[in-house]
Amino acid sequence: MALLQISEPGMSAAPHQHKLAVGIDLGTTNSLVATVKSGMTTVLQDEHGHALLPSVVRYMPDGEVLVGHAAQAQQSNDPVNTIASAKRFMGRSLKDIADRAHIPYNFVDSSDSTKILQLQTRAGLKTPVEISAEILKILKVRAEKSLGGELVGAVITVPAYFDDAQRQATKDAARLAGLNVLRLLNEPTAAAVAYGLDNAAEGTFVIYDLGGGTFDVSILKLTKGVFEVLATNGDSALGGDDFDHRIYCWVLDKIRESNNNFSPLSESDTRLLLTKARQAKEWLTDNYEAQIVCRLSNATLVDVTLTSAQFVELTQQLVIKTLSPTRKAMRDANLRLEEIKGVVLVGGATRMPQVRHAVEEYFKQTPLTNLDPDKVVALGAAIQANALVGNRSDNDLLLLDVTPLSLGLETMGGLVERIIPRNSTLPVARAQDFTTYKDGQTAMSIQVVQGERDLVADCRSLARFELRGIPPMAAGAARIRVTFQVDADGLLSVTAREQTNGVESHVVVKPSYGLSEDEITLMLKSSFGNAESDKKARMLAEARVSAGAIINSVSLALVSDSHLISEQEKLAIETEIQKLRIISNAEDAVAINKAVDSLNHATEAFAAARMNASVSRALAGKNLEDIKL
Amino acid sequence: MNLNYFELFGLKPVFNVELATLESNFRKIQSESHPDRFVTASAAEKLSAMQRATLANEAFVCIKNPANRAKYLLELQGITAISETNTAMPTDFLMQQMEWREATEDAVSVKDITALDRLLAEILVEANSLQERLVSLLDVQKDYAAATDATRKLIFIDKVSEDINRAIEQIDI
Repeated sequence: MALLQISEPGMSAAPHQHKLAVGIDLGTTNSLVATVKSGMTTVLQDEHGHALLPSVVRYMPDGEVLVGHAAQAQQSNDPVNTIASAKRFMGRSLKDIADRAHIPYNFVDSSDSTKILQLQTRAGLKTPVEISAEILKILKVRAEKSLGGELVGAVITVPAYFDDAQRQATKDAARLAGLNVLRLLNEPTAAAVAYGLDNAAEGTFVIYDLGGGTFDVSILKLTKGVFEVLATNGDSALGGDDFDHRIYCWVLDKIRESNNNFSPLSESDTRLLLTKARQAKEWLTDNYEAQIVCRLSNATLVDVTLTSAQFVELTQQLVIKTLSPTRKAMRDANLRLEEIKGVVLVGGATRMPQVRHAVEEYFKQTPLTNLDPDKVVALGAAIQANALVGNRSDNDLLLLDVTPLSLGLETMGGLVERIIPRNSTLPVARAQDFTTYKDGQTAMSIQVVQGERDLVADCRSLARFELRGIPPMAAGAARIRVTFQVDADGLLSVTAREQTNGVESHVVVKPSYGLSEDEITLMLKSSFGNAESDKKARMLAEARVSAGAIINSVSLALVSDSHLISEQEKLAIETEIQKLRIISNAEDAVAINKAVDSLNHATEAFAAARMNASVSRALAGKNLEDIKL
Repeated sequence: MNLNYFELFGLKPVFNVELATLESNFRKIQSESHPDRFVTASAAEKLSAMQRATLANEAFVCIKNPANRAKYLLELQGITAISETNTAMPTDFLMQQMEWREATEDAVSVKDITALDRLLAEILVEANSLQERLVSLLDVQKDYAAATDATRKLIFIDKVSEDINRAIEQIDI
């Protein structure tokens, strides 16, 4: 907000005003944290000079939690307690996970498809959210150490094709790690930001992002600092891991061929072979053949050689699988190949020669690879984080992203009625009216799904929202307006209002998947070990900070824009400000927060008026610098 | 502030809009209104931003799409172009629709995406011709009765294109 950065003309913001913000790439295979410091965007390293943090978490016998290289090194020795690629399980239930037999973890069996997935480890039951939180905690510490202060917030990236459940899980993990999420940013968009600002090019670009566990393809248009996503598509269960898996299966076949009494592999051996498979895949990027040698726990010797030609054949179908979402995105964007200015490859898996060839062949141009495919997403996230906290330089950048999947409601006969089409620019909202079908009905259940198919059964169930508190009336008499809003993070929120007889009553909406508020609070308590008094002190401090912030911003706004409102309104606002100042000195966090709400409410019309004014000015071609304050 | 969608973008309420101006003004509005600009602002400002950005997106989609634009222009004149109670269309138009739908089904049954693309191109020609007529009917002649007929046809045609695109999607796995 420009109004908050009042400085002398010609002078840049003083260094101490620079807010600490980072971009975090929470990847399937590796995670990174990056920041903008003194105008330079850099990935932060650990004390050993490593930029990449392997997304591997190990629960030790002594209760310690290891994250990264140390955890990864001992994977084969402790497969059940060393969890890798937890991202593949975020926001998923047990039945979503294919091929569980070849994944060496102890999944907790559950027939309830809405129950969050859990793994049994020596440290107890762990959800993917908690596991991911451990990775985020390490990155937070790394960042704060490196930058010498507390973070204002972080932009965390997610695959563009992540659905609501997967996004919410990511936000929950950040909360558990004590991070303030400024924005969930789609990975291809982050990459586009890094490339776009690097090359300063206008035009339409395709981002082809093949990571460890997810595939995204996004088409973006860059015009005068505004990045507009035209279309996005992908497969949130397709990535480099699947290429490893193909090699793993091939090795198993080879073992079976030469061993008559072949018994199922132990978890250790499974993890060992998967690791060898990954190493072979990476070796084959630059070599014609890879030798896979190891000894299983039953003393069987494995010694096979995989040629790159064989590898290409084994994984051909996977590469072809990436082209279907690519075609769909091009169609949705209504673009011809000639209109694409550049194709950007993102994600370690795009190092594979067969992937590069496929992309080059399809788009008929050589892809851009000048930025490190492992780092480009974190760099883009850091650039956006920097902009969001207000450290903006002259390069204004605005990201207009879209929702990747259509949102629909279940109607009669198990059909889907689409209410928000895919590739709608965010934020987006739609209202739909409902009524009751029984006399005196006071609640109803709405199932929201994401997907492009016509049957509910073929789409992903987002949540079953329960509307409660409908005033009892005759069947069909109630008029309930339900508004579906998707915010800039791509998260859905549902609000409902019953509006008959001139009485508007709010209806409570409860989604029913993922972690509940209580579960998160419990996890927060146990992970930070907060004593009751600590918690009270923290709440009071936070309340005072938010009071200070709003008093500051509203006071500044009144200085420049009070001509937009009546004297009466101005007086009402100033009264609220005074009230809040006084209450802030007391020790009551609840009262302070209430007074903050009260002031917010009093400034709603003022905020809208200022918005109108700034929009009018923008359309008239003036900007705030031209107007004398 | 009760502006209609055209006024929101600083455009005259005509069918023949300047798309370049529409897009440029849309970007300008989003630069001022988008939630990303208000991440550290007060709740009231965030609310205002969310509402304005959502409205801008809604208005943009409406005016950018020719069928929606025509429908909206008629609404500004108090005319509802299409509703559950007035779906009657001229016979020759319905025949054309049926031909297109049969051709679609035939192509789908043999998974012929090329044929479907050809159909889309054919339909586009028809849509463009209707749009040209709408410029004249809405902006010049102000013949709202004829404009309503043309708009209804355009809305139907849009729906057929949409269905064909969905069919292609289901085939192209």
